[in-house]
Amino acid sequence: MDLIWADFLIPRERERERERVLEPVSLSVDSNSTFTPIDHRSDGMDRRLQFAFVLLCLGLLSSTARSDLVVSKAERLVDLNSHIVRVLSKLKVENEGPDDVSEVLLALPDAQAKNLAAIRTFYSDGKLGFVLPTEPIEPKGMPSDVTYYSIALPKKLGKGKTVSLDVLSIFTRSLKPFPEEITQAESQLVVYTDNMYYTSPYPVKYQSLVFRLPGRVESYTKYPKVELVKSELRYGPFEMQPAFSYSPVVVHFENNNPFAVANELVREIEISHWGNVRVTEQYTISHGGASLKNGFSRIEYQARPYMRGASSFRILIAKLPARAHSVYYRDEIGNISTSHLWGDSQRTQLEIEPRFPIFGGWKTTFTIGYSLPLHDFLFEADGGKRVLNMTFGCPLDEVLVEKHIVKVVLPEGSKDITVATLFPTKQSEDVKYSHLDILGRPVVVLEKDNVVPEHNLYFQVYYKFNNISLLSEPMMLIVGIFLLFVACIVYMHTDLAISKTSSSYLEKLQWEEVQATVQHIKNIFDQYLAVHDKLESSLRDLSRSGDVQSCKAARKAADAQFKELAKELKPLLTFLQSCSQASSILPKIEELVTKEKEMQEKEMAKHTTVVDCFEKKLGGKDIESRIASQQQKLTSLKQEVESLLDSISEI
Amino acid sequence: MATSKVEGSSSLRHAFGGVLSVFILLLIGVVAFSIRLFSVIKYESVIHEFDPYFNYRVTQFLSKNGIYDFWNWFDDRTWYPLGRVIGGTVYPGLTLTAGTMWKLANSLNIPLSVETVCVFTAPIFSAFAAWATYLLTKEVKGTGAGITAAAILAMVPSYISRSVAGSYDNEAVAIFALIFTFYLYIKTLNTGSLFYATLNSLAYFYMVCSWGGYTFIINLIPMHVLLCIVTGRYSSRLYIAYAPLVVLGTLLAALVPVVGFNAVMTSEHFGSFLVFIIIHVVALVYYIKGILTPRLFKVATTLVLTVGIAVCAVVVAILVALVASSPTKGWSGRSLSLLDPTYASKYIPIIASVSEHQPPTWPSYFMDINVLAFLVPAGIVACFLPLSDASSFAVLYLVTSVYFSGVMVRLMLVLAPAACIMSGIALSEAFGVLTRSMKFHITKYFECSHTEAPAKLGESTSTESSAPLENMTKSDTTEKPEVARKEKVARRKQKKEKELTENAHVKPVSAKKEKRPLVLPLEASIVSVFLLIVLGGLYVLHCVWAAAEAYSAPSIVLTSHSHDGLHVFDDFREAYAWLRHNTEVDDKVASWWDYGYQTTAMANRTVIVDNNTWNNTHIATVGTAMSSPEKAAWEIFNSLDVKYVLVVFGGLVGYPSDDINKFLWMVRIGGGVFPHIKEADYLKDGQYRVDAQATHTMLNCLMYKLSYYRFVETDGKGFDRVRRYEIGKKHFKLTHFEEVFTTHHWMVRIYKLKPQKNRIRGKSRKSKLGSKSTSSKSGGMTHKNPWN
Repeated sequence: MDLIWADFLIPRERERERERVLEPVSLSVDSNSTFTPIDHRSDGMDRRLQFAFVLLCLGLLSSTARSDLVVSKAERLVDLNSHIVRVLSKLKVENEGPDDVSEVLLALPDAQAKNLAAIRTFYSDGKLGFVLPTEPIEPKGMPSDVTYYSIALPKKLGKGKTVSLDVLSIFTRSLKPFPEEITQAESQLVVYTDNMYYTSPYPVKYQSLVFRLPGRVESYTKYPKVELVKSELRYGPFEMQPAFSYSPVVVHFENNNPFAVANELVREIEISHWGNVRVTEQYTISHGGASLKNGFSRIEYQARPYMRGASSFRILIAKLPARAHSVYYRDEIGNISTSHLWGDSQRTQLEIEPRFPIFGGWKTTFTIGYSLPLHDFLFEADGGKRVLNMTFGCPLDEVLVEKHIVKVVLPEGSKDITVATLFPTKQSEDVKYSHLDILGRPVVVLEKDNVVPEHNLYFQVYYKFNNISLLSEPMMLIVGIFLLFVACIVYMHTDLAISKTSSSYLEKLQWEEVQATVQHIKNIFDQYLAVHDKLESSLRDLSRSGDVQSCKAARKAADAQFKELAKELKPLLTFLQSCSQASSILPKIEELVTKEKEMQEKEMAKHTTVVDCFEKKLGGKDIESRIASQQQKLTSLKQEVESLLDSISEI
Repeated sequence: MATSKVEGSSSLRHAFGGVLSVFILLLIGVVAFSIRLFSVIKYESVIHEFDPYFNYRVTQFLSKNGIYDFWNWFDDRTWYPLGRVIGGTVYPGLTLTAGTMWKLANSLNIPLSVETVCVFTAPIFSAFAAWATYLLTKEVKGTGAGITAAAILAMVPSYISRSVAGSYDNEAVAIFALIFTFYLYIKTLNTGSLFYATLNSLAYFYMVCSWGGYTFIINLIPMHVLLCIVTGRYSSRLYIAYAPLVVLGTLLAALVPVVGFNAVMTSEHFGSFLVFIIIHVVALVYYIKGILTPRLFKVATTLVLTVGIAVCAVVVAILVALVASSPTKGWSGRSLSLLDPTYASKYIPIIASVSEHQPPTWPSYFMDINVLAFLVPAGIVACFLPLSDASSFAVLYLVTSVYFSGVMVRLMLVLAPAACIMSGIALSEAFGVLTRSMKFHITKYFECSHTEAPAKLGESTSTESSAPLENMTKSDTTEKPEVARKEKVARRKQKKEKELTENAHVKPVSAKKEKRPLVLPLEASIVSVFLLIVLGGLYVLHCVWAAAEAYSAPSIVLTSHSHDGLHVFDDFREAYAWLRHNTEVDDKVASWWDYGYQTTAMANRTVIVDNNTWNNTHIATVGTAMSSPEKAAWEIFNSLDVKYVLVVFGGLVGYPSDDINKFLWMVRIGGGVFPHIKEADYLKDGQYRVDAQATHTMLNCLMYKLSYYRFVETDGKGFDRVRRYEIGKKHFKLTHFEEVFTTHHWMVRIYKLKPQKNRIRGKSRKSKLGSKSTSSKSGGMTHKNPWN
């Protein structure tokens, strides 16, 4: 509120700046406000002025005396096409008194006022159109069963001047179904009651009343000055009626347009600074018209849907913002497959069909959810604040929302939250915990009863948010996983045994030692095998180059290595022999040792044979035949050693 | 060729193998989870079928009201007017598991709905089950077989059918519990550790919590123990594996409310106690044998035997007398039908009426375990080479589960893990033999090539020429024994390198043959490996097909493909949503018991009977009402305070499992309690039909009328697309019921009971009634209302 007030006072340049920031406001009001007879272009700005005027005029109000205003002309157009009744009164107000007047009073009978959802006054001074603040007041010394609204004029109305005002008032639940129960085959008939004369605290010089009707008229109050032309019922014109003239008029007509009433709508708008706005809307929809009697017959509905079931509605259309994606439509028992989605760059249209056609008195619930790109709705505001700019109302066409709750879930760590709306709402705050939150996300809850499509205006939520807080949750995850690994490492490296002297603990220690030793032994044997390989390769070199000397040198080196390894092996073997736990492995290892020894001998023998043969310059075939038996033994030994090694490593 | 490399590779091999098998197991878990997501992708994240809806509802209650309210929950939404004590009649394992998972997620502020948790419980637990299979098979036959078995189990269709995402049923967690209990039993048996024995009892406790199938465990393990004792394999390890399980397990089982004293009082558990006694006797005998001399022992044996036999005879006599005194001989109906497959169809139509309680057909074996059926015998052979305690258990498990699956198609689920374990063993052994012989031949081949060209670049040619072959095996066997194979590839490479260095000498084949008797010719082994891979590939294809097409439908929403695209039949939810929003909260809805769980869960309305078929009389009452003429049915329903009657009708769109097709069971179950309903009255020459030749009783019963009310107006002929003929009675009016809702495809029709008419003056009413009863000779009108 404060910000808006400031806006009004700041100079033109600043104004333009704000205009840019809030560009979406004026843009989409254009597309949404189909009802205004006023120039749309100025609409966005006007609404911002409105609040300023409220404050200005409330101060002036007390000084204004009951004046000598006269309504010189009042034309009323009552639109009865939908179940939301819209009355547009075109007024010409003339000041016949001596004093300047700055406010005009409107009057509504209490019976109508309790159904009033919204009232708005439009004023045009030639080029620009304004929305004038219209506030309920309780003036003194006036008839009491009438509710009053005061319009604050932009400039004082001088003597003899006139001003043109267009007052749009929207009523809900004013069409009473009659009869209250109908069968499937019948059409829905409703009754609308109004005052034939314009209810006004001022005398009305000239007035007329037009009802715009959707279809057949059953009956209407007969009066000399009445005519029914096609779908329009005209009363009047009447001249020179005193203030508070009253004469009831009743219209009984057919209205099969969907009487879709959302008993409750919870819109949850969740902002993620990662670039997404998620909207979830939970509806409880019912049919507010005449209730169905005698059950529902599918065969009649399918055979002649428009005749048998005319009063029901099957399809609801939701107009979502452009670039809406990830749309879903479901209820508490799962996805509802009957929906269609169209979209272009201007808007996205979602056509949903409830699980069953909704007849009078029937009810259903469902949830619509969609995601929107953040940059379309979130802007930077003055003072390092961010501002979310979203529409308030329900995106469904022509649906009356009895209880409308908007929850704006701001990211965790948002501060200094303020809300600006164009109409009074009940505000409260809440906290929501979601996705790894610690402190919870601040939630702004706005509540309003009787919301009509005309309430589909933008509202703003200002808050402060530091981008660093975005990283808190990923960091938390990283730290969590890191700690998990650290804990694992610590666990693996700590000795959690309670008693360090217990036999089982000592056994375990010894077992570990045995394992380490076995591993060591294995390594030694691997080295043995490597030395064998070396010997073999030296033989191969020999067959190629015939270099006997190097071959001999290789043998010597191998011999030395074998000895070294044997030295290394000895203490390990004695350790294993001393260990009680190694008893299961020991025989295998001993076997391994003996096998290896044998292999060594054979290898050496073979080596010498081959070298000898080469020295004697025998042919390849001869050599082969000589060492064939040795070779055979050697291979089998090698196999055995390898399999033994394998079996040891499996322990 | 450097020594360091050889060393490094051998020490690295184990670390690498460990990491690789962990990685493969992880992948198997992912496969097990994701193959079950077809239902979510093709349809939606929704609870499936019938029983899962009940479990879902219980979980919702648990998450909303807490554990204590859950134990004390008396559900007045079902079995009206009797109600049902949910806390004491439900196996709480699944509910508690999902409830805990939900709570855990929410305590971390992860906003998951109960429904989401329930939908994904089954896939998560199938991953666990695959890992448990790995552990079990590893205990039986080693790591390679374990991994193969886990991979096979991860996608076995039989298990998929029960554990797709959304199939939130007891079996989803129970199969994991079953396998894990078996694993711990075998682990205890192999190690003799009391720690594992305790864990085993806890796993058994979890199994008891989860599923009535726990009796399978408590009978199979004693059987195995007995087998071990008889074959002379008694050891202290066996004692530790068994005795704590019986004592602790029974104590824990008795803690579960639904089991309670049944854990010691029904015959299903007696076998385990008997074996418990036997194992103690055997233990005692072994102990005495240890301290006595052989001669003394012989004397003692004869002494004890004579006394023992006498005592045993007395005990057995007492037991038999006790058991015989109970009407079902201490066995529950389902268990009895297990032992005697014809029992159910003879005595309990309510059990026989469930399709999953029917014996399976051969095609269903092929559908559910596919190629495993051929691999299982090979696995059994492999288990006998050599026979260990663990492998004998695997064989016993297989044999018993084959029997049970033959009795009841539902128990195919118990067979599936056994078949997977056996096939895993078979495949792994076969691959072991084949790759070993291939390796042998290949190394031999390269040695030959070296003799021919000794001084050539032997190494490079060898790697080149062996590369394609390796690639072939690598690419083709990816699914199966990956670790085993890779390990072997590594080993083979290493060995090859060594043997390449072994100079240019021909290795005598005979020496090898002596040591490795299982060497097959190269060509044969290549062909066999190829065939096995093809077999495995076929299995995988079949599994994916089964998961995607056969088992992923949630059955509450149906789809059909026609020339103009996909058509969705969402009639069930349409009807339930209508009931939920447009009837009074306390209205009672009567329908056949199949739809009871769904009605309470989705429509939130009180039902008369539901899928927990605990009260046969109540179900028979509904069956009687459905098979009675309108007026009698109205009276029955009215006496039950029913306001709406729901029937499922598939005649318009050709949905075959509708109420007309189930109707004969209603007649049978109703007739079983109220004898004035006779099955013969509804059959024409032994044939069930609703066309023009149908019997008068059939065409006038409530089910017929509610199903076909105004049906003729759809096409003018009344052609029933399920039965494929025109219906018998086309034009009729309802006098005591009124249609209030029919879904888009007519699959669910809801009728309201008309309020009682104002009393007409005595005479005219009497005459009316008289003329009516004479004109319509619907027999048995004298005791039409079972509640009179």
